Amino acid sequence: RRGEERRGEGGAVAGRERHYADNKIKTTKYTLLSFLPKNLFEQFHRFANVYFVFIALLNFVPALSAFQPELSLAPVLFILSVTAIKDLWEDYRRHRSDKEINHMDCLVYSRAQRGYVEKYWKEVRVGDFIRLRCNEILPADVLLLSSSDPDHLCHIETATLDGETNLKQRQVVRSFIDLVSDCEFDPLKYSSIIECEKPNNDLNRFRGYIIHRSGRRDGLYKENLLLRGCTIRNTEEAVGIVIYAGHETKAMLNNNGPRYKRSKLERQMNVDVFWCVVILLVMCLFSAIGHGLWLFQYGDKRPIFDVLSPEGTDLSPALSAIYLFLTMVIVFQVLIPISLFVSIEIVKICQVYIIHQDVDLYDEETDSHLQCRALNITEDLGQMQYIFSDKTGTLTENKMVFRRCTVAGVEYSHDANARRLAMYQELDSEEEECTSHGGTLPRRDSGASHQSGRVVLRSHSTKSHRRTGSRAEAKRASILSKHTAFSSPMEKDITPDPQLLDKVNECSSQLEYMRYHRQPLSQLPSELSDVLDFFIALTICNTVVVSSPNQPRQKVRMRFELKSPVKTIEDFIKRFTPSRLTSGSNSSSSSSLATSRSVPRASSSLLPSPSADGTLVRLQEEHTADAPEGILRPSVLDTGGATGPPEEGELRYEAESPDEAALVYAARAYKCALAGRLPDQVTVELPHLGKLAFELLHTLGFDSTRKRMSVVVRHPLTDQITVYTKGADSVIMDLIGPPAADDTKGKRQRKILYKTQNYLNQYAADGLRTLCIAKKVLSKEDYEIWLKSHLAAETAIHGREELLFESALRLETNLHLLGATGIEDRLQDGVPETIASLRKAGLQIWVLTGDKQETAINIAYACKLLDPEEEIITLNADSQEACAVLLEESLHYIQSKFLCNTPEPSNRAFEDDFTAFHAPGLPSPASTPFLIHQLGLVIDGKTLAYALEKSLEDRFLAVARSCRSVLCCRSTPLQKSMVVKLVRNKLKVMTLAIGDGANDVSMIQVADVGVGISGQEGMQAVMASDFALPRFQYLQKLLLVHGHWCYSRLANMILYFFYKNAMIVALIFWYQFYCGFSGSVMIDQWFLIFFNLMFSAFPQLITGTLDKDVSAETLQDLPQLYMNGQNSEEYKPYMFWMNMIDAFFQSLVCFFIPYFAYADSDVDLFTWGTPITSLALFTILLHLGIETKTWTWLNWASIAFSIGLFFSVALCYHSSCPTCFSPSNPYWTMQRLLGDPLFYLICVITPVSALLPRYFYRACQGSLFPSAVQVGRQLDKSPPEARRSILSQSKASLGGPFSVRPAHYPFPGVFYNHSAEGHVSCRRKDSVKCSTQNVTEKGAGGNRSPGRDILDTKQGSSSQRGPTPSEAGTLPYSNPDSSAPSGPEDHLHTDPLLDPSNWAEPAVPFAQPECVPLTDSPPASTLLRPTGVERGGPQSCVPQRLGLKEGGTPRHNQVHNEDTSKESSYQTTLL
Amino acid sequence: MASGYSAKEEDGHHSGALGPAGGAAVRSRKPDNTAFKQQRLPAWQPILTAGTVLPAFFIIGLLFIPIGIGLYVTSNNIRELQIDYTGTESSSPCFACSQNYSWNMTTPCVCSVSFSLDQPFESNVFMYYGLSNFYQNHRRYVKSRDDSQLNGNLNSLKEPSKECEPYRTNDGKPIAPCGAIANSLFNDTLALYYNDPNGTETQIQLVKRGIAWWTDKHVKFRNPVGDDSNLTAIFQGTAKPVNWQKPVYELDSDPENNGFINEDLIVWMRTAALPTFRKLYRIIEKNSSTSPTLPRGNYTLKITYNYPVRSFEGRKRMILSTISWMGGKNPFLGIAYITVGSICFFLGVVLLIIHHKYGSRSSSADLTH
Repeated sequence: RRGEERRGEGGAVAGRERHYADNKIKTTKYTLLSFLPKNLFEQFHRFANVYFVFIALLNFVPALSAFQPELSLAPVLFILSVTAIKDLWEDYRRHRSDKEINHMDCLVYSRAQRGYVEKYWKEVRVGDFIRLRCNEILPADVLLLSSSDPDHLCHIETATLDGETNLKQRQVVRSFIDLVSDCEFDPLKYSSIIECEKPNNDLNRFRGYIIHRSGRRDGLYKENLLLRGCTIRNTEEAVGIVIYAGHETKAMLNNNGPRYKRSKLERQMNVDVFWCVVILLVMCLFSAIGHGLWLFQYGDKRPIFDVLSPEGTDLSPALSAIYLFLTMVIVFQVLIPISLFVSIEIVKICQVYIIHQDVDLYDEETDSHLQCRALNITEDLGQMQYIFSDKTGTLTENKMVFRRCTVAGVEYSHDANARRLAMYQELDSEEEECTSHGGTLPRRDSGASHQSGRVVLRSHSTKSHRRTGSRAEAKRASILSKHTAFSSPMEKDITPDPQLLDKVNECSSQLEYMRYHRQPLSQLPSELSDVLDFFIALTICNTVVVSSPNQPRQKVRMRFELKSPVKTIEDFIKRFTPSRLTSGSNSSSSSSLATSRSVPRASSSLLPSPSADGTLVRLQEEHTADAPEGILRPSVLDTGGATGPPEEGELRYEAESPDEAALVYAARAYKCALAGRLPDQVTVELPHLGKLAFELLHTLGFDSTRKRMSVVVRHPLTDQITVYTKGADSVIMDLIGPPAADDTKGKRQRKILYKTQNYLNQYAADGLRTLCIAKKVLSKEDYEIWLKSHLAAETAIHGREELLFESALRLETNLHLLGATGIEDRLQDGVPETIASLRKAGLQIWVLTGDKQETAINIAYACKLLDPEEEIITLNADSQEACAVLLEESLHYIQSKFLCNTPEPSNRAFEDDFTAFHAPGLPSPASTPFLIHQLGLVIDGKTLAYALEKSLEDRFLAVARSCRSVLCCRSTPLQKSMVVKLVRNKLKVMTLAIGDGANDVSMIQVADVGVGISGQEGMQAVMASDFALPRFQYLQKLLLVHGHWCYSRLANMILYFFYKNAMIVALIFWYQFYCGFSGSVMIDQWFLIFFNLMFSAFPQLITGTLDKDVSAETLQDLPQLYMNGQNSEEYKPYMFWMNMIDAFFQSLVCFFIPYFAYADSDVDLFTWGTPITSLALFTILLHLGIETKTWTWLNWASIAFSIGLFFSVALCYHSSCPTCFSPSNPYWTMQRLLGDPLFYLICVITPVSALLPRYFYRACQGSLFPSAVQVGRQLDKSPPEARRSILSQSKASLGGPFSVRPAHYPFPGVFYNHSAEGHVSCRRKDSVKCSTQNVTEKGAGGNRSPGRDILDTKQGSSSQRGPTPSEAGTLPYSNPDSSAPSGPEDHLHTDPLLDPSNWAEPAVPFAQPECVPLTDSPPASTLLRPTGVERGGPQSCVPQRLGLKEGGTPRHNQVHNEDTSKESSYQTTLL
Repeated sequence: MASGYSAKEEDGHHSGALGPAGGAAVRSRKPDNTAFKQQRLPAWQPILTAGTVLPAFFIIGLLFIPIGIGLYVTSNNIRELQIDYTGTESSSPCFACSQNYSWNMTTPCVCSVSFSLDQPFESNVFMYYGLSNFYQNHRRYVKSRDDSQLNGNLNSLKEPSKECEPYRTNDGKPIAPCGAIANSLFNDTLALYYNDPNGTETQIQLVKRGIAWWTDKHVKFRNPVGDDSNLTAIFQGTAKPVNWQKPVYELDSDPENNGFINEDLIVWMRTAALPTFRKLYRIIEKNSSTSPTLPRGNYTLKITYNYPVRSFEGRKRMILSTISWMGGKNPFLGIAYITVGSICFFLGVVLLIIHHKYGSRSSSADLTH
């Protein structure tokens, strides 16, 4: 990579940095001079514009001209100028903001004045030294040379770049730390050369050297770079040198404009625009030939009305025909809807505005709206077919709540904590009902009765401010203190498990005891030391920053020692030599002197340090006064030393990810509190030991490949170098060192491992996120060896990331398992309901998550993505071949199982011919062989990688398509996007990806519509998205209501546009038969040109913006209506042609009624043409009226305005100039017409007869075969009681107008239960191959179930079914489509249990959101217990009957329902 | 057709009230809860079903049929007589004249056609000449005129518009009036004689004024005004259109009907919309209230046959017609109203049947069927 040299020698050397961009930014596209040419140039990139200009220019050729040449320019100019004005306005706004930014002040060092002077941002040059103060915004990309922070740190907030509000640390360039450690940085002394890479847009990378005069080279890293646009926080002053300025800054390079996506509707429209061109050409050709023939029939006898050419020469028929062809192109240009493009843009902007304004999509808790970031794909929202969702943060809140943990093989269930969490939910629901919360506190207290006093105290203390604990309140509170992420009381207040608390206390008392007896720490019982280490690891193995709330954004300074992480070998040697203590304390700040000398040393076998006074005695000094009560012995002393650490419990933890915060809060509940973090040191407050400073030697950050992070610290108690590792269980468990050979110890370790693994499985089954905590003690020698390579890696310029990665791998081996934690990621509000509703809307929902399989499956159950009734196919394969076999098996299985229900022969064929199913376009649901079955597919990342191979992807899709839900676990961001791409491209469906994190960005970008959740995990997803939602829940209204509306509005508007233009053009076309195909036009050219732009423009814009075919309430109550958009029912290709035919019919009527009415009369051309124009306008407006579903006063006003405008313009125009407007010269025409009764007579009869067929058709359609949407509209109008009963009945209906896709039967469980027996069993091949194809998940070490292969899982799920699971499971779903629509009625009659009142029962969960807690779903938890393992083999296919079914959820629901009246169910569905 | 949105409005206010109380302090970004922004504007939502559109069809039917009958009767009361005098058949009196192709004949060819009226024409009779197959609406033909010249603009008189090409100048002199339309002015002269039963032929008085639009005669068309009022002098230096026999200032002896304001010219210049058209030629005014304008009997039409139509297979007609409030005789509109009214009525009946058969299973049944 070629570097670029950037010298910085102060602002004086102006000449040398000429080739660098200056800091003046200019985001405007145009200048005053260049605006016109440049804007026009850009606009002419649009083909349509070129076409219209071409036509306008054609008009300037006298032989061809159809209109006044100037006039024909009008529409083009209009379109161009509208766009130009829009561009100009945007550019002006950019200019203003540029100006504002360019004129911001900053301090720049001036050599002349030997000091910092204020300058505008735009005057900053590369190489300038600038001084930055707290809360200032960085004007350019600056290399940090000096900081007032004693640690040579500078904190920045990058919210403007990536939206993350947490602070990030930046460090002074290393060589300058030594250089200017004490005194102020002096720019005059600076004489180094900086060489760095060329400006690029990668925010996370910066490489370069600084070459000092001495010839010394130092690497520069991204930690040294402060990026433009960030805000300095927590640092009083910093000095840096400008590296990149202006447009070369990373922020600016990252600033790319909004993406342009083309919606499906628009693509479809473009096809029809193409057809319009074809129609146009055919009409022109027809006219040209007609003209040629017409001329030809006269032969030599020139009729006098055939005017010679201007030169007086005769034109041959052929030549005339060619000329005429071009003339007709001009005349018929209206057919190509020039204004359509503009109108669509206007309508979309209005739609975006309206969506944006929807109060239902506003989240009060975060005070955020829905954001539409892409302006031109609103209607795509109404056509989605597949949703790909992230799990964490999207379905779940990404609010991590510590739930349980296991330490040293002992499980601590934290029941009290669970009760506390349950209470938040109750409080939430209570809060909705009553505002008086008298009952809340006692309940809370009773729940927390045996908690330590602190928590109770806390609840009282907060009571005055907020209603305790309720989730909404908590969030509201967190808005108030907006700067702290991840800290609602729910997450912070963790109730300790009494058992574990006892252990902790025991441990501390032991330590206490040992301290007095000067015993080495190693004598601590291993369980207790594990407990201690476990909490230390929780506290320090993270990147959490501590801040105090009183001074927001002020770092808590608590320093015991000043030392940077080990960076060099010399450093290492220096530090680890015996003289270390004295030398180390040299640089310590005065405030920490006392403690720094007393770094305690428990006996250390590895480092027999001379400072062997390191007994526990001195620790006493470090007790803090405000140690909470309830600890065995109140503290004795507090030397403090720290600059005012605030009272306990009020520290704020700012974590990059919420689970880190959750763990830190959990540890704090056990009095093991993180008190401060510096780059080289972590301070932990321990019970009885007080504040301990851990020297932080290295932090090996988390990455998604390693799936773990580690810290290397020097343990203050043992002085050992200790590695604490925290990571995903699958990786950590593999890295655990082999148990010691020693019998008892090894046995214990094995036991711990075994137990922990069991608990981990259990946690996962409960839907908890599991993390394993491990540690490792390094000998000094080992550390030295590792350090060498690590330092080499750190300083490497090339491939540093890879080297660091390898270095981390080398370190993280042979770990000692401490324990594991289970963190709950709570479901967001309304997720199950939203998913149920979206699924009823015919959307396929796939969840792609990086989480592990068990967690993912359980979340999927909790959010009703998977149904306990469903069979689940699990694909875990080790190799490509195994994956192929698995897929094949699954296909066979699905096929054999569901074959009898899908009698189409094509079904049989699809196995042989995989290409069959990627026929272009989505086959209509009825014809597709791929019915969506009651199947769930779970696939893990590794298998997914195989399945996404070219050779297998078709098979994978075939399997996945027939499953109702698909769950991809352990998938990488790339895989996510590949899955989306695969589905989008192969199935030709509309895809929506929704996610919240950086790992969803690629998926969001690939999908047709990307939705970002503007939650807590940064803003990358939002930045990449087309729409950003505050909550997943809102997706329902966004898609079902706004999507539906936008789609149907635009579809109708586009169709109407085509109709309108065709109708006008056809009028002229018919006239050609009566004017010798001479291109004569009876409609005045002004009217013709402005017909689209003015006279008929407004009503359709109003309708396109505001029309509602069905009310929002009904759309949400009947999600089935969404299929209208999915199947593109508003705008099908045939509809274009139907509209064309209707347009031609209407124009025939509009032409021939005046024709016959004025036949053989003395009417002149324009006295005849003007009535035609008027009645065409009436017809067009009335047509719109028929198609308008909702008439507001705006519709009436716009129509009245249009008609008024036409007549007033006509009257003015016709009285203005007696000699102008050649050739029509319509002087006084309208005035005369208005006095002519014939005019009125025509104007009445023509629109009526023209619209008669359409009106009649619509009426018949509404009565005879109403579409689902029409029924929904009728529902809108029906009185509330009727509506209620219909809605409840509609849930039962199957073959009715809603079940367009019969496979989507919404309530499988109940239906199946009662109706399955009534059906003839289908001949299922019982010989489903059950070969013991044990394709186990690789890496499932230890005692993880080895036999979790496909068949076992199938068996596992089928075991919960009724007697004949497979037949029963399918029949109800496939029956409706094969049988007549009367099918469901049969059900209604035959089965009393299908009484409509029963059907309301699925609505019950709506009433009580989250009434099914995550953990209490028995089918969910049993499903994954590897019951099949024991049985294994073919016999596992024998259907098993478990008693569980009877007592399972559905029955429970039913019971519940009996006392729930219809009334309430109705209300809940309205929610 | 009011809408029932009031309840929802209340809902909206309710939720608005639940908003943060401290909204005054921190400006919330919460959208306004207005009917427009929340798309809750009161609205009329018609649903097109057989039941709802039924009345419309019957009303249209019941309105249109009487109107149609009235129009038909009115049209039938109009007397109209058409005489084709093209003379393409050798037996016709004008056959000899029609053989001539040329425009500029030195000797006028006169032919006369006899006809008889079975019924008297009572009120004012309008005399039209009708042309068929004459594409006065041809695009290049329609454009070939100069309105400002016809409006008396002296500059345009000397320097006619380019649109008039190739009928703009003749022998270097500007043509007045220029253009193809003027050039092809209809120049047959029609005279009507009543053959008294006693054998005498009395010429019927034909009024040649008042046949053009008032605005055309007085606003659009004007003679150029020069130093002296003599038209001949003003048109000095211009040429007559190629096909004309007389220059424009000799069209009529009446100075109010001469030059550009000659009404025959004005009528001709108003180009017809369709290839078969008629143009008002003369008016026969009713003289006395007792006798009909044209009594029963035999008439002779004497034609000075100048206008060649053979080149385009055209036909020439003379039409005598009375008019009503809705213009000339045209039964079409009456028939159209009756037809459309009947169709509406019929469709209304069809919808009634549909409504009776299927309407009962209205919305609720639709959902569950």
